[in-house]
Amino acid sequence: MSSQLIKNNFRMDRLPHIWCPGCGHGIIMRSMAQAIQNLGLDKQKVCIVSGIGCSSRAPGYMDFNTLHTTHGRALAFATGVKLANPELKVIVVTGDGDCSAIGGNHLIHTARRNIDITTIVFNNNIYGMTGGQYSPTTPTNDFGTTAPFGNIDKAFDICKLVDGAGATYVARGTAYHVNQLTKIIEKAISNIGFSLVDAISICPTYYGRKNKKGTAVQMMNYLKDSAVDTKVAEKLPPEKLENKFFIGEFKNTTEPEYTEEYMKIIKKYQKER
Amino acid sequence: MDNRKADKKLKIVEEWCKGCNICVAFCPTNVLELRNNKVAIADIDKCTKCGLCELRCPDYAIYLEGSEDEK
Amino acid sequence: MKNRKVKLMQGNEACVEGALAAGMKFYAGYPITPSTEIAEICSQKLPLVGGKFIQMEDEIAGMAATIGGSLAGLKSMTATSGPGFSLKQENIGYAALAEVPCVIVDVQRAGPSTGLPTAPSQGDIMQAKWGTHGDHPVIALSPTSVKETFDLTVKCFNLSEKYRTPVMLMLDEIVGHMREKIEIPEADEIEIYDRKKPTQDEVDTYKAYRVNEGEIVPAMASFGEGFHFHVTGLMHDEFGFPSNDADTADKLLRRIMNKISDNVDDIVMFEEEFMEDAEMVVLAYGGTYRSARSAVKKARAMGLKVGLFKAITIWPFREKRVIEIAKDQKKILVPELNLGQYVLEVERIVAGKTEVHSLGKVNGEAITPDEILAKIREVL
Repeated sequence: MSSQLIKNNFRMDRLPHIWCPGCGHGIIMRSMAQAIQNLGLDKQKVCIVSGIGCSSRAPGYMDFNTLHTTHGRALAFATGVKLANPELKVIVVTGDGDCSAIGGNHLIHTARRNIDITTIVFNNNIYGMTGGQYSPTTPTNDFGTTAPFGNIDKAFDICKLVDGAGATYVARGTAYHVNQLTKIIEKAISNIGFSLVDAISICPTYYGRKNKKGTAVQMMNYLKDSAVDTKVAEKLPPEKLENKFFIGEFKNTTEPEYTEEYMKIIKKYQKER
Repeated sequence: MDNRKADKKLKIVEEWCKGCNICVAFCPTNVLELRNNKVAIADIDKCTKCGLCELRCPDYAIYLEGSEDEK
Repeated sequence: MKNRKVKLMQGNEACVEGALAAGMKFYAGYPITPSTEIAEICSQKLPLVGGKFIQMEDEIAGMAATIGGSLAGLKSMTATSGPGFSLKQENIGYAALAEVPCVIVDVQRAGPSTGLPTAPSQGDIMQAKWGTHGDHPVIALSPTSVKETFDLTVKCFNLSEKYRTPVMLMLDEIVGHMREKIEIPEADEIEIYDRKKPTQDEVDTYKAYRVNEGEIVPAMASFGEGFHFHVTGLMHDEFGFPSNDADTADKLLRRIMNKISDNVDDIVMFEEEFMEDAEMVVLAYGGTYRSARSAVKKARAMGLKVGLFKAITIWPFREKRVIEIAKDQKKILVPELNLGQYVLEVERIVAGKTEVHSLGKVNGEAITPDEILAKIREVL
């Protein structure tokens, strides 16, 4: 027995999922399903594509056309699916490592093309599936099993990265602010162009333990206390913004969409039906 | 409580709960508690059917049945 | 007489014409000498038939998008050369395990590494079979002429659709860049094979990876047709869902291996000439076959009893016939543009029953007929 939302959108026999106790991914996956249901999308036409890692097990649980690809390559697979059949509403689920480390090249190029793909980054600042290595979004000086002396890397701001690359909808939400996250995902899906939602998740098992961030509840409280909506932030004095991070909508523009532009070429030059 | 919420009933799927304690911590009226690492109802009368537990449960182990999206 | 079009055509162009004739409607790739003409011509011709071309950011993405295009229901192809072929390997393995039909053209150039980008080679032969990790089914064909490039590209698509597996066309820079007369068959002359699809009344019972009675491979739905199915690179069960179960993994891998090994006769193509009185056979493939043929004809003119064997299907290997040749005590010479790769397979099969000789060349030039003739005289 489950809620209607779960029964309508999930493969019941595949649940419960494999994520650890207190992992934020389940919350984000449910928020995605809620957004899809709120938009009333035709399930036949929704295709969810993922790479490799904890996040990327999500499509296996969701009752749509689902494709679990290779590490870092979800966006490239998704580009093929979308261009081949532009009628499909293509959503990519990926992790911070999956999309911004090994998948970085595909991330910036998919954004540059502004192809109608919605990317949800389950961003937990760590490589969870492989046991807690630091990732491109692990904050400097934090720890991972491969940063035993503290991470000397500087982290990506994935939102700024894809904004600079050409994405037309960019936003960030968190596993704590779930209703806002659902609204953001709805707008991201509705945007005809490359949309990215940096969904901040929590990883108590590795990132939490390795960095003494406490229990799942404490990590959720951190999200609650440290996230500031970008609209509110403008009115706050600098000292109020110290070691906070911004959520909400950063970019919402309209640019020519890749598959629409290509279909114009076909319409113009196609001879044989 | 308005009638829209009256028909909703708090449900727990015990076998799916992994005891992460998020619902217990963020329930505004302390309705819930963990008993041998599973969510349990401590005081149902205090439940306002706000649904925050369902909203933030990573494992879909607690929800309000009979909410308006039931088709 | 059929009014077939007769053209002077480059090998790479013939590859595209063959792909279009086979029903290719999607190409995703990345420029790399000596294959780039394939991408260029696809970019010009696909929109004309309502098809789609996309130049991706690298060969890994090219292979990924090609698989995506096929899963969305379009016959898909990509083309590359050595360096790109190396980059594509992981996703080729994905297509093999997830049983996604697609065609990968490798216009081989002198390697390793950047090597001699405009020089011919056959140095990727073993990579075609062992390039990606783990056991996996492999079909690879190699054309010896512009006409054969057309025909074999069609064959690659048909085999990939029939056996739901990636198929590689192992071109080399000789055939890829040469221009030759070609008679383009009429559309109705060309046999086209389309993947078997589930019917609409199977929507609720469809198992994406169940092989029905009397079939070789599972029926293949496309995304967006009402079948909610899952595709993964993890070992999976009949529904397509990840499974760590040992029997499930064993059964799946052996099934996808056997779908090829059980059908070698349908897949393998080869040609023979001058074999009746042959005491020795030159076994050649791809561009090198052209030199081998003229060398054998010269040798026969000199009274030397030499036969000629053209391997068209490179993988799977033509074991039965080669074993017979070995039993007949015919020595075998394998000339190839590498330091001896395919010859290793011949040696393995022959297992000492007859002499096997290798003639390798890796300086970026084609092997000449005279070089082969000299080796023939040395061996005989």
